[in-house]
Amino acid sequence: MQAETALGRIGLWFLLMLVMIGVMLGAKDTPFAIQAGMIAVLALVMVFITASRFDPAGTNRGFFRMPEGKTRYDDDPVRWATIATMFWGLAGLLAGLFIALQLAFPVFNFEPYLNFGRVRPLHTSAVIFAFGGNALIATSFYVVQRTCRVQLAFPALARFVFWGYQLFIVLAASGYLLGITQSREYAEPEWYVDLWLTVVWVSYLIVFVGTLLRRNEPHIYVANWFYLAFIVTVAMLHLVNNLAVPVSFLGSRSYSLFGGVQDALTQWWYGHNAVGFFLTAGFLAMMYYFVPKQAERPVYSYRLSIIHFWSLIFLYIWAGPHHLLYTALPDWAQTLGMVFSIMLWMPSWGGMINGLMTLNGAWDKVRTDPIIRMMVMALAFYGMSTFEGPMLSIKFFNSLSHYTDWTVGHVHSGALGWNGLITFACVYYLTPRLWKRERMYSLRMINWHFWLATLGIVFYASSLWVAGLTQGLMWREYGADGYLVNSFADTVAAIHPMYIMRAFGGLLYLAGFVVMLWNFTQTLAGKQRAEAPMTETPVNAAADRPLPAREPLAAPAQ
Amino acid sequence: MMSTPDVELTVKGHKRLERNITLLGLFTLIAVSIGGIVEIAPLFWIDNTIEKVDGMRPYTPLELAGRNIYVREGCYSCHSQMIRPFRDEVERYGHYSLAAESMYDHPFQWGSKRTGPDLARVGNRYSDEWHVQHLTDPRSVVPESIMPKFGFLADTDLTTEDPQANLIAMHRVGVPYTKADIDRAAADLAAQANPDIDAGDLQIRYPKSQIRDFDGNPQRLTEMDALVAYMQMLGTLVDVNSAAAQEKLATEKGR
Repeated sequence: MQAETALGRIGLWFLLMLVMIGVMLGAKDTPFAIQAGMIAVLALVMVFITASRFDPAGTNRGFFRMPEGKTRYDDDPVRWATIATMFWGLAGLLAGLFIALQLAFPVFNFEPYLNFGRVRPLHTSAVIFAFGGNALIATSFYVVQRTCRVQLAFPALARFVFWGYQLFIVLAASGYLLGITQSREYAEPEWYVDLWLTVVWVSYLIVFVGTLLRRNEPHIYVANWFYLAFIVTVAMLHLVNNLAVPVSFLGSRSYSLFGGVQDALTQWWYGHNAVGFFLTAGFLAMMYYFVPKQAERPVYSYRLSIIHFWSLIFLYIWAGPHHLLYTALPDWAQTLGMVFSIMLWMPSWGGMINGLMTLNGAWDKVRTDPIIRMMVMALAFYGMSTFEGPMLSIKFFNSLSHYTDWTVGHVHSGALGWNGLITFACVYYLTPRLWKRERMYSLRMINWHFWLATLGIVFYASSLWVAGLTQGLMWREYGADGYLVNSFADTVAAIHPMYIMRAFGGLLYLAGFVVMLWNFTQTLAGKQRAEAPMTETPVNAAADRPLPAREPLAAPAQ
Repeated sequence: MMSTPDVELTVKGHKRLERNITLLGLFTLIAVSIGGIVEIAPLFWIDNTIEKVDGMRPYTPLELAGRNIYVREGCYSCHSQMIRPFRDEVERYGHYSLAAESMYDHPFQWGSKRTGPDLARVGNRYSDEWHVQHLTDPRSVVPESIMPKFGFLADTDLTTEDPQANLIAMHRVGVPYTKADIDRAAADLAAQANPDIDAGDLQIRYPKSQIRDFDGNPQRLTEMDALVAYMQMLGTLVDVNSAAAQEKLATEKGR
């Protein structure tokens, strides 16, 4: 970097710092002042970083352990986002275990900053938007380059997308603990964080579409349709759902533009499609590239991918009202939501079938390749939760399951089983390729991870099925005298054992992730574990010989 | 795209979308827009979406400050404010919730999970002392409870709120506060939590508003005052049993 450029940048960072200090001093509430202060500190750090280095690329290479030499594709942001995926995964899972323990043992609440109500959105945002979001950024940048046979368009903007997204996460997460929240599920960040995310997201769209426009392949690969639908739809949902009027431009609080029943449906239109497009369409894109790659088989059906893509994205948007069955939402909207949710079962399974059938002719790899095994299990959980979802959308089941832990269990069988496992599998695929290693540090550890995670999900989901059914049935239980049998507190006491089991399931899942983290860091360090290969066919040297010459038999009697 | 004319001839139907990012993006946007437009937009003009009921009024400045604390602490994570029309819920929590009862809720707090009980009609069910005691140490009154403690609210002065600016912002999103409401916001807030202050026409502008010291500490105006004031008004405004609105449909004006 030239000295003048560096000086100019130092000036800009310094200016940002001054502005943020001004905002901090003028802030209407303390949490807002703290967040402005955080950005001021960040700007100060950037002043020093810019001043102290004229070779940022070299420093980056050391920190991220990037391989030497020029790469053919622009993989720096992919590597950063992969590391961020692992980092936020750990943070999100730890937060999850923490709040699971809070529900089992309330002494784990530390007022005010670490009360359940403040940590819970931290957990959901960390796993969905930080862990999942970084996995999507990493894989989309990786896949779009490979399938278009071209480098990323706008490399500087791609780097801004990565760092800008991390700032969004830090502001959102620290905000929850400080009490900055809209308290609308999965859309908790306040107005200024939402505005920042909008800038980052539009940049993401520009980089992604720009790369597609510059492609050297005439055909746009199916994974990119899903990534495109994910980016476009999330932009639409985010913009409409977060329309709000701030109380002051120097304060954190805002009031949402819509209220009551309209706000409820807008919010669940957003909330359900955060699942539908962030956690489904985006992750199906990952599936459509990495499953065929790892299995070394082509995608099973081209026609099925077309049908299931369009039906999935068209139908998903309608399903939001199933979160509001039997509420004050008008009946016609509830019924529409229920009907479309049931129809959604088929396109969801279209994706699962296309993924699983891709293994046609390669099913033996489930036995020998732990990454394939993880992908198959992810697709199986995808199939299970996309069956359970439509079922719970039927009013009959919903009247029992709604407001209970059954919903929480359902979400986690999808999130831990589908999103978690497919992300782990993709990171296992990506890591050796991105850091130019021969293979992961240990394949046997992937196997360990697989079983710990699977067992964890089984504990988690089954304990919450029992908890949800217990709650639902106890709430509506009438005695022979015609009175309600259980007080609310009785139902809380009844599910205490299930909450402990659920925390144990979460602990197993976290343990599997820690194994992965070790495997990942060792791979980046360039090590390989000396271990027996997973696929070894036993050789018994002692048995590997002709039979000894037989003793001549006694001559038959004459 | 570089391709031979022979190849171009075969590019028909869906293949055109697969080769044209603009078309693909456009069709995607259309596909994902329809559901939202059909389901959400009519809620804004169908008159029967929100039934007409007597008694609904905007929150007083103190109740609104309490509601903001409810929002800040993420109470929706565990408490719903939406009673469904089932026998057991109606007997446990009271009359099922009407859309009109949350019409001034920006944002809505219907919730999606009942780790604790529904709060839509918790107002006037317990004493102020019970609420303060329960928020300070939930297990001292409900041994089975797993709720976090919120004792810090009683030690925190209600200072971070600018009542007038909050009412102006609520007015901008469509809540019908009058000019008097906005002008007197700060005075209303102080007067509702302290019976010694002249409340003026507070209870005329906000019918059924309750004026008293809520947290048991008349010396200070704390966040506990605001939160308890909010909880004590939840579900108390509308006389649901007389609501003819549930029987009679409004005439659609077809806006």
